[in-house]
Amino acid sequence: MEAGVETDVETDRPGAGGGRATRLSGTGRPGWTALVVVIALIVSVPVVSVLVQALASAGNLALPGNLGEMVLTTGALLALVGLGTAVLGVGLAWLVTAYDFPGRRLFSWMLVLPLAMPAYVLGFLFLSTFGPAGVPARLSRSAFGGSGAVEVLSGWMGAPVVLSLTLYPYVYLLSRAAFRGQGQVTWDAARMLGASPWRAFRQVLLPLARPALAGGLAVVMMETLTDFATVQYFGVRTVSVGVYLTWKGTFDFASAAQLSVLVLAFAVMVLTGERLLRGGARYDARGAHRPPAAPTVLSGVARWWAFAAAASVLAAGFVLPVVQLVWWAVTATLTDSSSLSTGRFATSLTNSAVMAALAALACVTLALLVTHGVRMTGGRLARTAAQLTTFGYAVPGAVIGIGVLVSFAALDRSLEGLGVPGGTGLVVTGSVIGLLASYVVRFLAPAYQAVDASFTTISPSVTNSAFSLGASPLRVLRRVHLPLSRSGIAVALVLVAVDAVKELPLVLLLRPFGFTTVSVWVYELANENFWEQAALPALLIVALAIIPVFFLVRQVRLAEPPRQVGS
Amino acid sequence: MSGAVTLRGISKSYGETLAVSELDLSVEQGEIVALIGPSGCGKSTLLRLVAGLERPDAGTVAVGDRLVAGEGQGWVPPEQRRVGMVFQEHALFPHLTVGDNIRFGLDRQPRTEQEARVLEVLELVHLPQVVDRYPHELSGGEQQRVALARALAPRPEVVLLDEPFSSLDESLRARVRADTVTALRATGTTALLVTHDQTEALSIGDHVGVMRAGVIEQWGRPVEVFERPVSRFVASFMGDADFLPASLVDGGLGCELGLVTIRTDVSDAEVVVRPHEVSLRLPAAGITGAPAVVDRVEYQGPFILHTVRLASGRTVRSWQPHSVRYPVGTEVLASIAAGIVPRLLSGDAALADDPT
Repeated sequence: MEAGVETDVETDRPGAGGGRATRLSGTGRPGWTALVVVIALIVSVPVVSVLVQALASAGNLALPGNLGEMVLTTGALLALVGLGTAVLGVGLAWLVTAYDFPGRRLFSWMLVLPLAMPAYVLGFLFLSTFGPAGVPARLSRSAFGGSGAVEVLSGWMGAPVVLSLTLYPYVYLLSRAAFRGQGQVTWDAARMLGASPWRAFRQVLLPLARPALAGGLAVVMMETLTDFATVQYFGVRTVSVGVYLTWKGTFDFASAAQLSVLVLAFAVMVLTGERLLRGGARYDARGAHRPPAAPTVLSGVARWWAFAAAASVLAAGFVLPVVQLVWWAVTATLTDSSSLSTGRFATSLTNSAVMAALAALACVTLALLVTHGVRMTGGRLARTAAQLTTFGYAVPGAVIGIGVLVSFAALDRSLEGLGVPGGTGLVVTGSVIGLLASYVVRFLAPAYQAVDASFTTISPSVTNSAFSLGASPLRVLRRVHLPLSRSGIAVALVLVAVDAVKELPLVLLLRPFGFTTVSVWVYELANENFWEQAALPALLIVALAIIPVFFLVRQVRLAEPPRQVGS
Repeated sequence: MSGAVTLRGISKSYGETLAVSELDLSVEQGEIVALIGPSGCGKSTLLRLVAGLERPDAGTVAVGDRLVAGEGQGWVPPEQRRVGMVFQEHALFPHLTVGDNIRFGLDRQPRTEQEARVLEVLELVHLPQVVDRYPHELSGGEQQRVALARALAPRPEVVLLDEPFSSLDESLRARVRADTVTALRATGTTALLVTHDQTEALSIGDHVGVMRAGVIEQWGRPVEVFERPVSRFVASFMGDADFLPASLVDGGLGCELGLVTIRTDVSDAEVVVRPHEVSLRLPAAGITGAPAVVDRVEYQGPFILHTVRLASGRTVRSWQPHSVRYPVGTEVLASIAAGIVPRLLSGDAALADDPT
């Protein structure tokens, strides 16, 4: 009789919807299953076309000569950023969880703020600050007669430092959730058994936080792989940079696709690494609602050391950069030397807003259709396909970009084959449609997660009630699911819009000639050392990027695991 | 025969787990049927199969004269089945008022008819005053009645109720249950109700189906199911029961409590005795019965449950009226109450009643 327990009394309790859906087809409605599958296929087209293109042209390798160096550089950058974010993320999470020091509560959520600072903004601030003309370098020269130690940060080493400072919050958030959750119990137990804090941390908590660390590091490395703008400030040539330069230099699909496959290989390695590091352990925050035990109160000098550690990271990653940006923005406005560029600023602002709105609408519409479709069928096929729609977030931007180009080219060829002269006419010089497509592939995941989170609060029996009252699937969507998931839809719209405004690599790769967004505008100005002029648009991006960070902070406050865990 | 709901050879499994196995069921027009069984017996799955929320692996489902699911015969999705459903947690649409909740199922009717019908069904459940309120402003009992009104509004062929009272407080449950039955009877609605509460099943159902492991182990009127259980499982699930071994004695078959039946065609059997069938008396001249000692006394309000230990060491339970309370240790004489013919079991199955 134990057989089938889950099929009975538990049925239709809120949140029990996933338990029974182990069937392939669900309760029919093949149309909705097909829709979800088609959306998943569309999202995976770019990656598939990169692979196909690379295989098709495998015979005539046209890879750049310094390929080995690029691979080594990418590996070194990933290792350094991984190390940096692990030390900062785990260390700070441990500090604010286990110890009490001045400002601890404030730090515990403010340390997430650097996430709102795009690396390409912090990057140019580093360039200007630590470059030969910067204040630290000048001070160093007058004091020690040389500034090499300082200028390192505007050279190659600047890249891993900047990326670590902007990406560590991912590791921080996940580690903190792990420390607060199940960690608390075991920590208490270890201390009761007489272990010193350091031993308890090393032997008990660190192993426990391993899945969280693995998840956080995977996100960090994916972001690092995606970046090919920031690293160029510092002259770092990763494989992603290689893809970008090859494409922009030669407009050759074959070599760009072959390099993209290499980037993809790195991504697969990162995800495999995550699995291995995670081991059999699953990230589990069940204990997260336990009230945390009182942290150890630090005394004397130690508390100020702790304060200094947290404050310096926050200052370097967020506060000082914002102050600098505000200062530049004010001086640039006062001196009004940028009259030439205000026109372009307005244009890029409009472009960003339109692109963000379109991307948000497209992603949320698709996410809503997928979530609703899964609820309509309940089948395993639809569920798997829905998971597939989120994988774009784990694919490096260069791969998506080249993939979109390759698939649009293929579409063009087949249209021409059908007798449409010129095909879509969208391809080689880039197009807004292509850019939008790449946004959809990349940002469907956060949209889906937000909408899906909302749907899980709608009891399956509410959906079933609507059916039993004679409502068609579309009416259920319009009258029941849509109004009940409004908050999730709003969150999804905001998340995608902000991500789209922040996005730089995809725009650089896919934009039509002369098309600028705010992020590109910042990047171009920064590349030409017009830092004062870049400050205002950069501030705008930072201000917008704080919105999703606010959502995250709210989740941290609810002691819940953050969104996109291990995505 | 024109059943309101007819299931033929229905099977449904989830992976390896068989939830419903080759089951037949026929519900007549206008009757209320209660399906009861322990967790995981497949009763809720059965309801979902009728509603169209699950697809059967084999067999056919008909609602009225219409085949709604069957091998190769097409499939009618839930929204086209004209089957109403009331869920355990009521599942009212939280963003709609009570009136809009009920109107949801009436969208194909003219506006004026909608309004009239909304009021009509709310009258039926005695809640006309809540029409403009939101679900969260209602009590649990009111939500349940609104859920029923909403299900009844489109005049479905059959209403399915999935443990509709289990989320209500004990004190509220009996009243809401009675109101529900009244409303169903008043409209002549066919209803199929799932419950794990035997009192509920016995008091509501015109027929009761006792389910176990995906099959209906017994189907019958409440009195049949309670008094003539077909198996040990039904006997113990539908009310308290003790089992005593029986053997051939002078004049028939007897157990420790005395002669059970005059039949002599069985030798190895067990007797099912329910607490209300066991009488306890203090030893006195002319009183017969098995000597027993009171082992435990439980006050249950209207009744007092006495557990007594027989000479063999076995215990049986007996309900005594409110006024009778024997202290623990009292020596009593236990016997089967006059006029009771207890059920006999052979192994796990009940023996057919003596044909004589």
